Amino acid sequence: MSQEIISQISDVCQVKLPIGESLKIKRNRLLPADSASNTNKRICIVTGIHGDELEGQYVCYELIRRIRENPEALTGIVDVYPAMNPMGIDSVTRGIPGFDLDMNRIFPGSKDGAMTEYVAYKIIEELSGADLVVDIHASNIYLTEIPQIRINELNEDTLVPLARHMNVDFVWVHASSTVLESTLAYSLNSRATPTLVVEAGVGMRITKGYCEQLVDGLMNTMKELGIWQGEVKPVREPLVENRTDGVVFFNAPKAGIFVPAAKHWTRLEKGDRVGNIVNPLTGDILAEIVTPEKGILFTIREYPIVDEGSLVGRLLRI
Amino acid sequence: MNRKIIYELNALYREPMQVTGYEFGEGEKSVCVVGSLRGNEIQQMFTCNKLIQRLKKLEQQNRIVEGKSILVLPCVNTYSMNIGKRFWPTDNTDINRMFPGYNEGETTQRIAAGIFEVIKDYGIGIQFASNYMSGRFLPHIRMMQTGFEDIETAKKFEFPYVIRRNTRPFDTTTLNYNWQIWETRAFSVYTTDTDEIDAKSAADAVKGIEQMLNKEGILHSSVNGGYHYNSRVLCDDNLLSVRCREAGIYENKVDIGEEVCKGQLLAEITDPYEGMVLEQLVAPADGTVFFQHKAPLIYASTTAIKLV
Repeated sequence: MSQEIISQISDVCQVKLPIGESLKIKRNRLLPADSASNTNKRICIVTGIHGDELEGQYVCYELIRRIRENPEALTGIVDVYPAMNPMGIDSVTRGIPGFDLDMNRIFPGSKDGAMTEYVAYKIIEELSGADLVVDIHASNIYLTEIPQIRINELNEDTLVPLARHMNVDFVWVHASSTVLESTLAYSLNSRATPTLVVEAGVGMRITKGYCEQLVDGLMNTMKELGIWQGEVKPVREPLVENRTDGVVFFNAPKAGIFVPAAKHWTRLEKGDRVGNIVNPLTGDILAEIVTPEKGILFTIREYPIVDEGSLVGRLLRI
Repeated sequence: MNRKIIYELNALYREPMQVTGYEFGEGEKSVCVVGSLRGNEIQQMFTCNKLIQRLKKLEQQNRIVEGKSILVLPCVNTYSMNIGKRFWPTDNTDINRMFPGYNEGETTQRIAAGIFEVIKDYGIGIQFASNYMSGRFLPHIRMMQTGFEDIETAKKFEFPYVIRRNTRPFDTTTLNYNWQIWETRAFSVYTTDTDEIDAKSAADAVKGIEQMLNKEGILHSSVNGGYHYNSRVLCDDNLLSVRCREAGIYENKVDIGEEVCKGQLLAEITDPYEGMVLEQLVAPADGTVFFQHKAPLIYASTTAIKLV
């Protein structure tokens, strides 16, 4: 076994910006120094497609730290891409700055398209063929999510067994939708590159506990894939939801300030209060949001301001 | 003319957002025209107000055929327009990616559902649209290939070009696509600009709509001026893209609509600090300038110009 690893930092894609700078998407490739112990299995950890989702930043750091701590256990390739949308991360912008475009709606991109489409094309070219891609998201700035994996029903058979290794609390198999065909995960899965989409925590924050839970899951998954031979922690068995009506959505009936009453990831009974929408000008409660049936609250609103229709929570029916 | 509020959304601290419709004539739902769905679509709203002025006059002159009604919505996303933002103020979602909408869903899904409920049964749907590529266009009618697109009616606008393009996954939630699926003959009308007013192309678009409505038996008026082309029907693939390798300060050397010869200088990119020319974009073939980038700065690998 090798006692060291190689860490190669390179640019996956580079595009000139107008004023003295280039947009560069960086990759850190970790692999055993001794090629004889390399199975050539490859896992890609992708994050930062949405510039306001930062949970993946800590996951990337912690994953590399743990691999470096025990280098002889690495027997495959770990590619880490912490910032797919570097300008977005740098400017606290969810989409691609300058284009007001959601980067996760432009895949598979185009070699001859606009700059954004070219970047998307290069990313697909780069990730295709990996044994597994894990695309880490952090909900958005409005909602907190329990660590979960979301899977398009088209890929249920392939991806649910992989998701079970990931130490998440919940796996949500959702209906196929044409509009989601522009996502990174859809493009890669349709090219036979298995890709898991993780949602955990909340935008603009790092929830250290969730991040460490995900790193435990990644280490375990790497072990299952033959990329890691070190010790791993036991992983939890996720709840897997694939019913079409398995999730209840709570949308704000009024505009106002949402004040949560229920705790995240707790079991609620029918009639329990999720939260109130209040009016700070009048002191009135504008709406009480209660559960229509029992279930587990796996999404809760973090950002207090709500418009009529804003999502304030999601309940997993049990 | 009947002015009515067709959708209203309450807010905590702002006045309710009211989507205003202007109805002309009475009878079957013949034509619906939608202006701005995004907060930067100033030209689209401006073009609608010119159309409303014209329809007021035509209605007073009894030029709307009996039994036909026309609805015009100049601006849907008034909240974003008032704060100079393109998409929805709180969550930055795009109303034109939410159709047909969902009245129990998120805010912009509800807005889309509320609007679509009112406009989905019209025979003809016209949207003043804008492209995600920021720049100037030669006025044209654009349609998605859904199997329901109606090229012959599109030609009745007598615009220089009708562009047909393949449907992409994210198109399935646009107004135009959903109109077509609900069997409305839908047309996206592009004038020259989006976030600035171009009065000439707005006036020509109004005349184009009037021509079409005359030919469809909805108006009986006489149109002076405007376009009178035998429209060329093109696919997106027929447009010749001129891409840049360099980034820097961008300057067009030709005008939109100008006929150019192979090898002619179209635009220049210069170094932002020292001013030297980094790249000259030249015409790869004879043609007409259909699209041109207009921002003063440009990224590398950008389609700066499209030629017909």
